[in-house]
Amino acid sequence: MTITEKILAAHADKDRVEPGEIVDCRIDLAMANDITGPLSIEEFEKVGAKAVFDPEKVVFVLDHFTPNKDILSAENCKKIREFSQKYKIVNFFEGGECGIEHALLPEKGLVVAGDLVIGADSHTCTYGALGAFSTGMGSTDVTYGMVTGRVWLKVPESIKFHCYGNWQKWVTGKELILHILGMIGVDGALYSSMEYSGEAISALSMDSRFSIANMAIEAGGKNGIFPVDDKTTAYMKEHASRPYKVFESDADAKYAQVYEIDVSKVGFAVACPSLPSNVKDAGELGGTDIDQVVIGSCTNGRLEDLEMAATILKGKKVRKGLRCIIIPATPAIYGEAMRRGYFQTFLDAGCIISPPTCGPCLGGHMGILAKGERAVATTNRNFIGRMGHPQSEVYLAGPAVAAATAIKGTIARPEEVL
Amino acid sequence: MILKGRIWKFGDNIDTDIIIPAQYLAHTDPKVLGSHCMEPVAPNFPREVKAGDIIVSGTNFGCGSSREHAPIAITALGIPLVIAKTFARIFYRNAFNKGLALLEADIYDLVQNGDEIEVDITTGVIRCGTQEVTAKPIPPFMVELINEGGLINYLKKKLEG
Repeated sequence: MTITEKILAAHADKDRVEPGEIVDCRIDLAMANDITGPLSIEEFEKVGAKAVFDPEKVVFVLDHFTPNKDILSAENCKKIREFSQKYKIVNFFEGGECGIEHALLPEKGLVVAGDLVIGADSHTCTYGALGAFSTGMGSTDVTYGMVTGRVWLKVPESIKFHCYGNWQKWVTGKELILHILGMIGVDGALYSSMEYSGEAISALSMDSRFSIANMAIEAGGKNGIFPVDDKTTAYMKEHASRPYKVFESDADAKYAQVYEIDVSKVGFAVACPSLPSNVKDAGELGGTDIDQVVIGSCTNGRLEDLEMAATILKGKKVRKGLRCIIIPATPAIYGEAMRRGYFQTFLDAGCIISPPTCGPCLGGHMGILAKGERAVATTNRNFIGRMGHPQSEVYLAGPAVAAATAIKGTIARPEEVL
Repeated sequence: MILKGRIWKFGDNIDTDIIIPAQYLAHTDPKVLGSHCMEPVAPNFPREVKAGDIIVSGTNFGCGSSREHAPIAITALGIPLVIAKTFARIFYRNAFNKGLALLEADIYDLVQNGDEIEVDITTGVIRCGTQEVTAKPIPPFMVELINEGGLINYLKKKLEG
């Protein structure tokens, strides 16, 4: 069995499961945010539930339209706050305790290896970086999980991405996942598990692994998942207090497909409008004028991303007329970036530093694009109108290309500005 | 059950940001959500669509976010059914949870915008003009869930014990 099959089998109290089988699983965590939470609460009230299955295993993160962008958003947050008080939800995050959900939950140690997590947000697949099974669902499915502590799942087929070779300088997990999306398309892993392995994966930081797992959904995947190694256990030791369970794919596990990827050939992949699979190398896109750069989100708002951006922006200036918005994903990342002096670098360069929020990634607030404007963003989606006006455009990139672009004003590789 | 309706065609990879842009996600009122459905690619759609009309699409319909606002926006306009070559998986679950029927069938190239089609939801037989296409059967587990009145009714019964 694959790691995914083993985690699902363990949570269904079965010895083994097969792809395509429907299983009824225990969950370790159910999460919703300020956009999906209100709908979950409406369903909760509709069914007349009296309690959540476990007040420690239900999580609300008010991260999308916060700090509240308008009256409706404020009302939604208030609704979740009151619900959380009423049902004694332990892990309710808002205000200065709040960060972008998929950066926050691992950092708070709320997800560990071997867990099964569902979340009313499509990027819930991020936690696969820890060797957990996690997947996004709608508010109604998550309500069912919050009330019963269970979820029905179809066991996905697994696709293996075996990665070898040496990484080029400045190239991260983000470039790899964009490269993969370019290879297999936005439905290349539809209903499937995307499993990563190989020496090039072991060489990656946890931050890079989170950003790869995060974008499984962009290929239509059910989850993205990584083997647990020394880096994973070190991360969990630092962040989590509860025990974890390591599952490993068997040598004879069955895969629907196996891709071999030489990461030394992964360059500065950039996804052009309006699909994450519309991938070109940054070198082919020179001369594309950019109005805004966003460095943040659940994909790339972590310390490694900010460190890379600060290294490139140090002593440089953001091109006049371009807005460069930096969004540390959590308060802890924010504080560490400040202590390390990245904030001074960003301010000296002329960047805007935003509080942790999903903000502009989904066209919420804190950096909306006007008609005809173009952004380079380290976010995960570049659909039509994603960051603002339907005739604005988003190019998805890694942190190094984003920072270099902020300096040059057109899409640039880091060596063009260093 | 037989549905008859006029077709609205949308291409491949119709994502949830097209179905309902994020700027409207603070709303939970189905009417408001419906009034912005498909706005980025077809701003007149909410005004011109009629109850009973059917959406026909290509591959990967509903890709992107987990927002249930997407099937809510579609059903708010009185659209009972989406037929697509394939659906994104979160949207697939959400649609059934929200009472929007989905059929997987490759009829995109067989029909024109505005054509009338007739669909037997139970058998999956789709009649467009002289042609007849049978949709991929709805998975038995989903049929059971539908027969229970959907996930929320199933949960309600379970809680009432």
